[in-house]
Amino acid sequence: MNPVNYLYLAALLFTIGAAGVLIRRNAIVIFMCVELMLNACNLAFVTFARLHGNLDGQIIAFFTMVVAAAEVVVGLAIIVTIFRSRHSASVDDAGLLKL
Amino acid sequence: MIAPSLAASAASTTSTGEAVQFWILAVVAVLGALGAVFMKKAVHSALSLAGTMIVLAVFYLANGAYFLGVVQIVVYTGAIMMLFLFVVMLVGVTAADSLKETIRGQRWLAGLCVLGFGILLMAGIANASLKEWNGVGRANAGGNVEGLASLIFTKYVFAFEITGALLITAAVGAMVLTHRERTERAATQRERAEQRVREGKQVTPLPAPGVYARHNAVDIPGLLPDGTASELTVSPTLRARGQVRDVSGEALQDLKALEQRSSDWLERGRSEDADANAKGASK
Repeated sequence: MNPVNYLYLAALLFTIGAAGVLIRRNAIVIFMCVELMLNACNLAFVTFARLHGNLDGQIIAFFTMVVAAAEVVVGLAIIVTIFRSRHSASVDDAGLLKL
Repeated sequence: MIAPSLAASAASTTSTGEAVQFWILAVVAVLGALGAVFMKKAVHSALSLAGTMIVLAVFYLANGAYFLGVVQIVVYTGAIMMLFLFVVMLVGVTAADSLKETIRGQRWLAGLCVLGFGILLMAGIANASLKEWNGVGRANAGGNVEGLASLIFTKYVFAFEITGALLITAAVGAMVLTHRERTERAATQRERAEQRVREGKQVTPLPAPGVYARHNAVDIPGLLPDGTASELTVSPTLRARGQVRDVSGEALQDLKALEQRSSDWLERGRSEDADANAKGASK
């Protein structure tokens, strides 16, 4: 087996995540799909590190994880705040930024 | 776990064990991802996604990224997915995702776009047609964590410092967003009681669940005199989740069975009496 197969898997997972972002309307599920896309990118980075034979790809994946963690914290806080004021987590209902 | 070959020279194929592992776990990962997208309830999506992330951690380990594999399990499945589950607990109880399309043809268009995008990505990768690769064995020779550390603290030290600022900003942002300043005084018990009387809707405390039925579990509604279930007796959360068990029919059936049994019994007694009477009369 060639490690390029990992890249194909990463592309497939990224595509599935993108489909979820486009199709679903629950903000939490959309957010989870974004996480799936980030994870697929990480898999691609780690595989690239192996193909190249150096650790730079792994470092980038590490930074992606840190940024994803920060993004999740702020994003979920926003979802909770919107849910408090609108009693709904559907992205269709939040058409305006003001409450 | 299959260690990457330590050969410094370019390799052209992985071990058979890694291939078997890849083909089995890749199916699991894709199924988990599809589950995350297509499951109706947010909790099921989160659990499917957690499965996919664990599989990805195994792939990181197989690719020689030992540190990232452990971090993936600890940070992603351990912290981020649990944070998602907490928010689902807070938010998702009543937030049923309606599957009705609001924009006509959105799903077909989205599917088409995604299909095209996937083909584009895969064709790009196939076009690269890599036959040989280096393997991370030489880079990991001094230890994976040591190798990463020496890069983070030399070449990427500036990005690393910025990361610290980002994390602090995110923590403060989350606190600011979720903190609620109380602008008015909380109502006292007396004020709330007076308000209840003024509104005149439900002056007494809410009736307890299941007391008038033959069960006392919280998910079983109490029965009204005519045998129907009372909405007031179960918590609105259980009602929203659709976890209310209605046993009123069961109770009525029990009653009917009891009546049937007793009438059978009486019937038999009466027929025995009749038999005895008949015998007495014949004598």
